[in-house]
Amino acid sequence: MIKNILLVGVGGQGTILASKLLTTGLMEAGYDVKMSEIHGMSQRGGSVSSQVRYGDKVESPVIELGGADILVSFETMEALRWLEYLNPKGKVVVNNYEMGSISILSGKVDYPEGIIDDISQKVDTLVVDAAKYAEELGNSKVMNVILLGATIKSMGLENIDWEKIIRENVKERFIDINIEAFKKGMSLVG
Amino acid sequence: MKKLLTGNEAIARGAYEAGIRYASAYPGTPSTEILENVATYKDNILAEWAPNEKVALESAIGASIAGARSLASMKHVGVNVAADALFTFAYTGVNGGMVLITADEPGQHSSQNEQDNRNYAKFAKIPMLEPSDSQESKDMVKTAIEISEEYDTPVLFRMTTRACHSKGIVECNDRQDVEIKDYEKNINKYMTVPAIARKLRVKVEKRMEKLLNFSNTTELNYFEWNDTKIGVIASGTAFRFAKEVFGDSVSYLKLGFTNPLPTEKIKEFGNKVDKIYIIEENDPYIEEQVKILGFDCYGKNLFPAYGEMTPDVIRKAVYGETKETLEYDKEKVVGRPPTLCAGCPHRGFFHQLGKRKNVMIAGDIGCYTLGFADPYNAMDFNICMGASISAGHGAQQVFNMKKTPDKRVVSVMGDSTFFHTGINSLIDVTYNKSNTVTVILDNRITGMTGHQENPGTGYTLQGMETPELDIEAFVKAAGIKNIVKIDPNDITAVKNALDWALSLDEASVIITRWPCVLKKFSKQDKEEFEDAFQSKYEVDDDTCIGCRACVRTGCPAISFDKKAKKSTIDLNQCVGCSVCSQVCPVKAIGKVEA
Repeated sequence: MIKNILLVGVGGQGTILASKLLTTGLMEAGYDVKMSEIHGMSQRGGSVSSQVRYGDKVESPVIELGGADILVSFETMEALRWLEYLNPKGKVVVNNYEMGSISILSGKVDYPEGIIDDISQKVDTLVVDAAKYAEELGNSKVMNVILLGATIKSMGLENIDWEKIIRENVKERFIDINIEAFKKGMSLVG
Repeated sequence: MKKLLTGNEAIARGAYEAGIRYASAYPGTPSTEILENVATYKDNILAEWAPNEKVALESAIGASIAGARSLASMKHVGVNVAADALFTFAYTGVNGGMVLITADEPGQHSSQNEQDNRNYAKFAKIPMLEPSDSQESKDMVKTAIEISEEYDTPVLFRMTTRACHSKGIVECNDRQDVEIKDYEKNINKYMTVPAIARKLRVKVEKRMEKLLNFSNTTELNYFEWNDTKIGVIASGTAFRFAKEVFGDSVSYLKLGFTNPLPTEKIKEFGNKVDKIYIIEENDPYIEEQVKILGFDCYGKNLFPAYGEMTPDVIRKAVYGETKETLEYDKEKVVGRPPTLCAGCPHRGFFHQLGKRKNVMIAGDIGCYTLGFADPYNAMDFNICMGASISAGHGAQQVFNMKKTPDKRVVSVMGDSTFFHTGINSLIDVTYNKSNTVTVILDNRITGMTGHQENPGTGYTLQGMETPELDIEAFVKAAGIKNIVKIDPNDITAVKNALDWALSLDEASVIITRWPCVLKKFSKQDKEEFEDAFQSKYEVDDDTCIGCRACVRTGCPAISFDKKAKKSTIDLNQCVGCSVCSQVCPVKAIGKVEA
């Protein structure tokens, strides 16, 4: 059985760290794992994705259209951009956090309204106020690990020792806050 | 020991294990991290950034001739630059084993074209390997080196974006320590004057015959027998994609060694299966061989001739539809193209250049290529690394010929691109008495590919201090008399420099010098750019008239509130380049007081 986790966001939001923690944990738990990212030009404030696949034996490193079991979007509009990659029976975890692209910031077009409602009506959706929780924890950058916590719980992967994975892969002074962020994310999933 | 590695990290590990001693490359997506990771094996491998791919390959060739196992890596278009050296090295063969890694880009994620470099193996008559995942990427480096030494030939190693940038679990081994071979002068092998090269030419054909035998017997090309109604022939990541779609329902001929192609194995496979699918990215490279052998097959008549052959693409081609997806209004999603970062030193320059009328702006490859886009619209074309200055020169000669001398060409190029192949182009400008305006956008680093040191930064790849190439002195030596150096964040200085350069009837060079906002500052940077990125700017709401002049700098830190008709600056993003405050007509933007 192969599972597919699609993490999407905007360059600089920390999808890469989240996917690194995720894939490391999955490997240590004994899964075969493949992960795909596109580097280069898209990183300059563009739309980014990390595609994680795990199971007994994984062939393709990329998730196909309609193939993701969970779509985790670090930014609200990005969830809609990548929605066609979600299995209609899958789940969306979406950060309630809007980042304008350059045409939106400059006032040429408006940020699209009602995205979360649109998605919630179609598919199982968890809306996360990761920015608010991250601020409460004292560092806006840990939004990514809050979302990772919610993802882990949603996928039933909480039995892996994630605290250890975080300790081994995060700079020392950021370990505690990331563990707190991770727990917060886990607690958001019932 | 098992590790989760990208294909690029796996190649580096493979280089370490295979006893490679010397490696050289020029950065280019998706190949860049290969050499960056090779460089981490400091005690065993000397890894160097070369100014361009031709130099990288030539350096690796020299290392091979001197007796060391060596490697050169580059993106697909880089092989075009290096091809001159490659085709003759294919004649001489090696001393220490040598592997050339090409990182192709099906889908053009970060490239100007989608050429299929498997054609180079056939063209240069050298063996080729195509790994399909990270484990194979590591293992095949060792295989490539062994083939190189046994058959006395450089080996082409074809990666693709998904092979380079996907992670998989890799079983790692120890390094095989290999002595550097003795070097003995041997002009009958290495001196490619016609009398000798004609003999080498015959040897190349004999080598290909032996390699064909290898191709037919090696386990790099293997069968996976299942139901024989459909047989899939595939190489590289396309094999993994095909297996994802068809699983165990079809038989496979998996090709890891693809020049020459294993004709006997293809015949055996073709005779056993009812229907053949060729699943390969870009050109019908395998398909043509299969057809020559007399088999009907489904190839480019069924699958696209361009883009990636990802599982959904295969599924759509074979079954007419992808997996089920949610229906929704895709029009609602606003595009999110890459932009120049807040604090990017290119912003001030392109903001001014875009205002110029009656100029043709010749572009080049780097972050600054984004100068073509809104709101700057400051670029007419780009072709390849180094072309802006030379193509700009050709264009200017024609404008002059057409007696439209007031139509002027401005050629823009980054520092690393200038060192790559821009220097030759600038020589062309002075030698042929051109009157173009050349702008060298020196941001003190190779930016687009993720901050690699280059000859202008004063450091080597492995962190040693080294003499810094003086761009101004180089430009002078090329014969340019009119040179000005400016801070690109100073809008007035940019404007004056362009006015001055366009007023001259001879060639000029403007050098902008300010570090990339993402650059990790060196000791020297800290001294030279002491105040850089230390302040923040804010908009005074009462003074702001909502004219959007600041918005037209294209800074992602600035947003415009249409209801309030005011601009605001996101202090989390602002790094104080001050360009917006300089273009504000009412002085509404000022420094945040500490």
